[in-house]
Amino acid sequence: MWGSDLMLDSVKNVSMADYELDEIDRKIVLATQAGLPLDAKPYHKVASEIGISTDEVMQRMQAMLSHGVIRRIGVVPNHYALGYKGNGMSVWDVPDDKIAELGEKIGALDNVSHCYHRPRHLPEWNYNLFAMVHGHDRDEVEQQVQQIAELLGDNDRGHTVLYSTRILKKTGLRLQDKQGK
Amino acid sequence: MGGQQKFNLNDFSELERRLLNDFQHNLPLTSAPYEDIAEQTGASENEVISAIQKLTKDGVISRVGAVFTPNKIGVSTLAAISVTEDKLQETADMINEYAEVNHNYEREHDFNLWFVITASDEERLKDILSEIEQKSGSQVLNLPLVEDFHIDLGFDLPWAHSSE
Repeated sequence: MWGSDLMLDSVKNVSMADYELDEIDRKIVLATQAGLPLDAKPYHKVASEIGISTDEVMQRMQAMLSHGVIRRIGVVPNHYALGYKGNGMSVWDVPDDKIAELGEKIGALDNVSHCYHRPRHLPEWNYNLFAMVHGHDRDEVEQQVQQIAELLGDNDRGHTVLYSTRILKKTGLRLQDKQGK
Repeated sequence: MGGQQKFNLNDFSELERRLLNDFQHNLPLTSAPYEDIAEQTGASENEVISAIQKLTKDGVISRVGAVFTPNKIGVSTLAAISVTEDKLQETADMINEYAEVNHNYEREHDFNLWFVITASDEERLKDILSEIEQKSGSQVLNLPLVEDFHIDLGFDLPWAHSSE
């Protein structure tokens, strides 16, 4: 397959993370990845499910939050239901030596929900910057893409937008438990 | 995504708007978080819980909880494959059978199936990628994350700009 050379880098990133999840953390992730129980005391419920104290659940989640393992805790809106039907994955060929600076600018734009540097794979794939753009329809997405193109100027050496036509699967993170269930 | 119900943003109650707008990031990490939200919004704890129940049932929110950072738990990658139209569904079904595949989108491009795999370790991720190549008979474009530039401020809802 293409790109297996880069797999090692992604593994390195994981081991370099300054927070190692232990077995109890993993249990918390498993118990909460599909959402917190809709209960007046959700962490209490998680705690009794795992068999630890509520304080420990909250402390561990706070630690995962502080170390960036958890990005945020809150209400997760469904873009589609809110009328954001345009979903374009814009992909860009930008100079490698400027990608960090450019990526941060684009990642800060309002309608960009994700902005990633990913490897090129020549000759099939020449794009190194991915920006997920949302709009009510394609026209709105096109306007956003135009805005990105202007922002990039000469650094835009080619881009395209991949519109999604069907969602074939979408679930939250699915961490498999050790029993493989 | 079946129903495709379109919500008129003006139909949401003040409490629902506050929940959608102000609590994407900071659900209180306290023993009774909805009670804390109630205090901040001037509603009762029951009203907050009912509102969240309703928004969830209507599909306006997908859940309330933690959003985990990619690659901090397990090892993940974005992969793409190019399949002919007549094989698309069967290939998608084959890919979706892996519990480690959490997203799979059909996109308008020569590479028309785009999926995210999050595996427990690198070995498992490699195995899944090669199995998919073998079963589909097509090469998989493997695009693991190199750097994440987005500062996640949550999703900016339209009424935040409605007064402009």
